[in-house]
Amino acid sequence: MTAVKRYEHGSRVPGWDEAADLTKDPAEIPDPATTPVPEDLRAEIEAHMANYPDRRSATLPALAAAQRVHGWCSPQAIDEVACVMRLTPAYLASVATFYDMLETTPVGRHSVYVCTNISCSLCGADELYAAVRDAAGDDADFNVRAFECLGACDIAPMASVDGVYVGPLTLEDVPRLLDDARAGRPVLPEKQLARRRVADPHANSQEFPEHPAQEPQG
Amino acid sequence: MSELLLFADIDEPGLNTLEVYSRRGGYDSLRKALAMPPEAVLHELEASGLRGRGGAGFAMGKKVSFLPKGGMDKYLVCNADESEPGTFKDRELMQKSPHMLIEGIVIASYAAGASRSFIYIRGEYQLQADVLDAALSEARDAGYVGENILGSGHSLSLVVHRGAGAYICGEETGLLDSLEGKRGNPRLKPPFPANQGLYQGPTLINNVETLSTVPTIIRMGGEQYAKLGVETSTGTKLVSISGHVQRPGNYEIELGIPSREIIYGLAGGPPQGRAVKCWFPGGSSSPVLTGDELDVPYDFNSLAQAGTMLGSGAIIVVDDSTPIIDVALKVAKFYRHESCGKCTPCREGTNWTVKMLERIDAGEATPMDLDIMGSVQEHIMGNCLCVLGDAMAMPIASMITKFRAELEAHMDSRRLEAVGA
Repeated sequence: MTAVKRYEHGSRVPGWDEAADLTKDPAEIPDPATTPVPEDLRAEIEAHMANYPDRRSATLPALAAAQRVHGWCSPQAIDEVACVMRLTPAYLASVATFYDMLETTPVGRHSVYVCTNISCSLCGADELYAAVRDAAGDDADFNVRAFECLGACDIAPMASVDGVYVGPLTLEDVPRLLDDARAGRPVLPEKQLARRRVADPHANSQEFPEHPAQEPQG
Repeated sequence: MSELLLFADIDEPGLNTLEVYSRRGGYDSLRKALAMPPEAVLHELEASGLRGRGGAGFAMGKKVSFLPKGGMDKYLVCNADESEPGTFKDRELMQKSPHMLIEGIVIASYAAGASRSFIYIRGEYQLQADVLDAALSEARDAGYVGENILGSGHSLSLVVHRGAGAYICGEETGLLDSLEGKRGNPRLKPPFPANQGLYQGPTLINNVETLSTVPTIIRMGGEQYAKLGVETSTGTKLVSISGHVQRPGNYEIELGIPSREIIYGLAGGPPQGRAVKCWFPGGSSSPVLTGDELDVPYDFNSLAQAGTMLGSGAIIVVDDSTPIIDVALKVAKFYRHESCGKCTPCREGTNWTVKMLERIDAGEATPMDLDIMGSVQEHIMGNCLCVLGDAMAMPIASMITKFRAELEAHMDSRRLEAVGA
């Protein structure tokens, strides 16, 4: 069996000692006077905070809002949220690192989540993911990820492109999927989940027209 | 079944708007409920025998009755963090009939005496969350949500809260922590959420499908609803079928029908020339059944007797073209990724299970490894704060038991390949 090597710091986990600078004092709640926050972002976070009896409940929507502004939960994004919410950056970082949809490293602006969980993989999702990753190559605009079950196994294999669910996908769909996202067009309109009718043949008493495709988001 | 309850004309254009929903009798149940005392509404829910549709199958009326009486702040949380692999029924409900859920929440909050409510929806469901937000704003304007609803004196605030991608936040106490703005780590139980839940207040947590069924129960009457299905599993259930079937999707069934009827009758069974190798009856957390066990009636108790569970009602079918090791690895890797890391048996158990399965696949394992793996599963079960670890241990243990011969054969052939024989 291959032995797992230890790093100089004694741990087998790479980079654990880079996570925090132990010689520095922990960052405090940022001072509003020295932390500029975009007006729209501040308004959005404050609106979220007003929804809850405890302002901390707005942490997830606030981080998501900051991520939309900055592209990822950068130190600056976290500082801005911390400043508005009056929380420490460390607290917010601890939350941001827990959730899959909050990015703690810079990523491409178009997210392509390919579901590779059980139902999708039974229908060929692993090949699909490899194809999407290859087609996106080193295009810095794309954030291609293999994602856990996205809750759309009826259109397996599927992907969520900038939040829009499309499927069932074939390998031939991959170039157009990326082109549509790149051009800001609705992605594969005829394959969008929003248009699909329920599978149950008894569900509808008559023929209803197809639902319209989703508008492009973002 | 003559009449569908949740899926009746679900694709009617505009059903997501208040106008169409009202035309179809929407919010009539709310009016009826508000004219009754809360105890009477609770009585209808108990009489219906409705069991939670999220996974655990706990009686919904009983859950409501566990909330303490009195004037303290009580909360109602709708669990819309549908993340169990294979499950996608709540998505269809929320996207196409959001008002049914909102109506159910208002009625349930009236029965429970809750004044604040939240829908915790998984972050990936962006379209569905937008649809809910739009419907909620219509419902607020019409006076169905807010202060003094329809002059009844009952007030309720409702907020759609978007998650950010974490399976564990579908676990009720993990969800509460996440809703409080923390990492979604499960809490020790007891105290149960009914006593100390959100912000330490009494909290009722129910799944989307459960709450969406409430208006129907009030309309029909609890006893009438209980006539549907079988004695211990009343009513209808949405079933999500996926994997190797010809017509994957959501179907509304009456509980208690044979599973074969769902997999072959409704979903068309596996592709031509293939047979069912195994199937998950209730999401990837449920122990698998084999192709010889297709005649089990699809209801809570029959599936429990067969050693598995109805769970979220997600049937995943695997046909005989797929090696069982692939299925086991996919399942185990998912739980390894989603384990929050709080409890050692789950954090380490999921990790080592994946490593052992990878050894089997790489031809580095011995038959003893299956026994070790089996014992790891035993040591996870019941030893953690929540059931995420169990959710991996149960299906993996069932695969080791039911497909031991195949796993051993796989090990042997890979070992021979590895030594170049």
